[in-house]
Amino acid sequence: MGAGHAHKLYKHGHSPVHALPAHCKLAAVFCFVLLVVATPREAVWAFGAYTLLLAAVAAVSRVPPRHLLTRMAIEVPFVAFAVLLPFVAEGERITVWGLTLSESGLWGAFNVLAKGTLGVAASVLLASTTRLDELLLGLARLRMPPLLCQIATFMVRYADVISEEMRRMRTARLSRGFEARGPRHWGVLAKSAGSLFIRSYERGERVHLAMLSRGYTGTMPPALGDGPAGRAEWARSAALPLTALAICLLGWTL
Amino acid sequence: MHVPDGFINAPVSAGTGVVAAAAVAVSLRGARRELGGGPGEAGERTAPLAGLVAAFIFAVQMLNFPVAAGTSGHLLGGALAAILVGPYTGVLCVSVVLLLQAVLFADGGLTALGTNITDMGVVTVLVAYGIFRGLLRVLPRRRSMVTGTSFVAALVSVPAAAVAFTALYALGGTTDVALGKVFGAMVGVHVLIGIGEAVITAATVGAVVAVRPDLVYAARDRLTVRLQLRPSPLSADPDAAPRPAAAPAPASPAAPATPRRRSTRPLWITGLVVTLLCAGGLSFYASSSPDGLEKVAADHGIDKKAEKHAAEDSPLADYGVKDIADARLSGGLAGVIGVGATLAVGSGVFVLLRRRRDQAQQEAAGVRTAEGAPTAPPATEG
Repeated sequence: MGAGHAHKLYKHGHSPVHALPAHCKLAAVFCFVLLVVATPREAVWAFGAYTLLLAAVAAVSRVPPRHLLTRMAIEVPFVAFAVLLPFVAEGERITVWGLTLSESGLWGAFNVLAKGTLGVAASVLLASTTRLDELLLGLARLRMPPLLCQIATFMVRYADVISEEMRRMRTARLSRGFEARGPRHWGVLAKSAGSLFIRSYERGERVHLAMLSRGYTGTMPPALGDGPAGRAEWARSAALPLTALAICLLGWTL
Repeated sequence: MHVPDGFINAPVSAGTGVVAAAAVAVSLRGARRELGGGPGEAGERTAPLAGLVAAFIFAVQMLNFPVAAGTSGHLLGGALAAILVGPYTGVLCVSVVLLLQAVLFADGGLTALGTNITDMGVVTVLVAYGIFRGLLRVLPRRRSMVTGTSFVAALVSVPAAAVAFTALYALGGTTDVALGKVFGAMVGVHVLIGIGEAVITAATVGAVVAVRPDLVYAARDRLTVRLQLRPSPLSADPDAAPRPAAAPAPASPAAPATPRRRSTRPLWITGLVVTLLCAGGLSFYASSSPDGLEKVAADHGIDKKAEKHAAEDSPLADYGVKDIADARLSGGLAGVIGVGATLAVGSGVFVLLRRRRDQAQQEAAGVRTAEGAPTAPPATEG
């Protein structure tokens, strides 16, 4: 897997954040999100501090803010849900701008929105600065079961192939004048999905036989990586979760 | 419905993380068996084919099904994976898809990964597979039955995930929305989603069954026909010509001549239909006045002391779905959900026991025959 497997979120660059080993970054992001979730919701300032922290990392990584913000749009359906919360939650009612809202619902909405958004932002930042193969290697380094890592690797390799196959089938449908407009056309689309499965599975069986004939025994040869991360790299990537830990502790005590 | 960070509190997230890890660990072992690599082959087919199916699920989720002007839905794929490749591989594939979605696309929180895998991977796949196998067992062996059964399995699997989510929310939700409201909204929306999922899953399974029935894992033993060599009455010479009809048999892994137990099947179907009718239909018309014992208790003031049941606040308490105003509809819905849940649990246990027994038998047979003989070719080559 070379550079051709860059995914949509990845933004090529040469910043200190890009240079960190993937497993350090994965561990840092995971600890960061864990700490954000563990922060009490009443400590509003803490979430501001977390945002500043992420903004600082984003500035160091030199990923354009526009790239990050557009990628965070994945959160939108969830925001809609959070906005509904103050209207349906229980508890004391307060009046804001002529609307009676539940106070605890407002807190709940804030809680979910703040933590969810920070989580999404951290993940987007991770994905924007880490190549796909590095990510998979990082997961393997973090002791994910080898079989699971292999499945994930194969999934990533096949994802493009199958998406392309699906795109060709779509082109074939379009060129025959088919346009799906409503549930009446679901049958055609489902038949496409069925034949996509058969084609993919048969291709997978052929590929598997080809792999066997080249000596595949069920384990992949060890991937070439940069070796285990040095102490300096761990220390650098620990900056984010350690600062977050300080904020979280302050949030609990203040 | 990917749960984001901060929606479920930390202890429950950690608990679901443990559940998800255990489920994945069990599935890693089971998937070797499902994908055809026997114990002697070290399961080397597992990784490539499971990865492929995961990629397929991922791709199919991008296939948009237009609903009405402007809106469209897509497949969730849990039921489809369970039916096409089996429960263990299904759990693995959905889990890997969820993992990569969380890491690569920030879809679903990292700390909520355990919740997402438990909810959308484990519950959906297990419910769908349990219902599919349970229904196939009682229905006649026909292709159309496989399509219909996958419809039901997918239809129930999506609201089941919604119910599981509500349960997790009841344990560790961070907002205090009334449980009944969450339940009503989640199940209501997901019944609609489930209908779409069911139609698409059934049509997809139908398309696969029509071409490669041996690829539908969950119905393999139902659909494959053993290769029959019928000597033609015209050619008396037995080795005249190679038989053109010797098409490769869709090799069923173990197709022993199981005695067909058709006699019990009508009984099963009748029982199922009657139960569903009673639970769903008749409770529409059931008298809402207290039943005998409750009436007596009320008349004599016994029930003053009766303690409230512990599960009284549960969303299905008193055989009605909370927050659904129409009492009859509510009762009927609760009945059907109850029957469905019972059926799923029951048939799941049944299938598990049966599988264990079959496996023990196969192993016993394998020990006898496997001495020195090369292992059989991969079972799925059609």
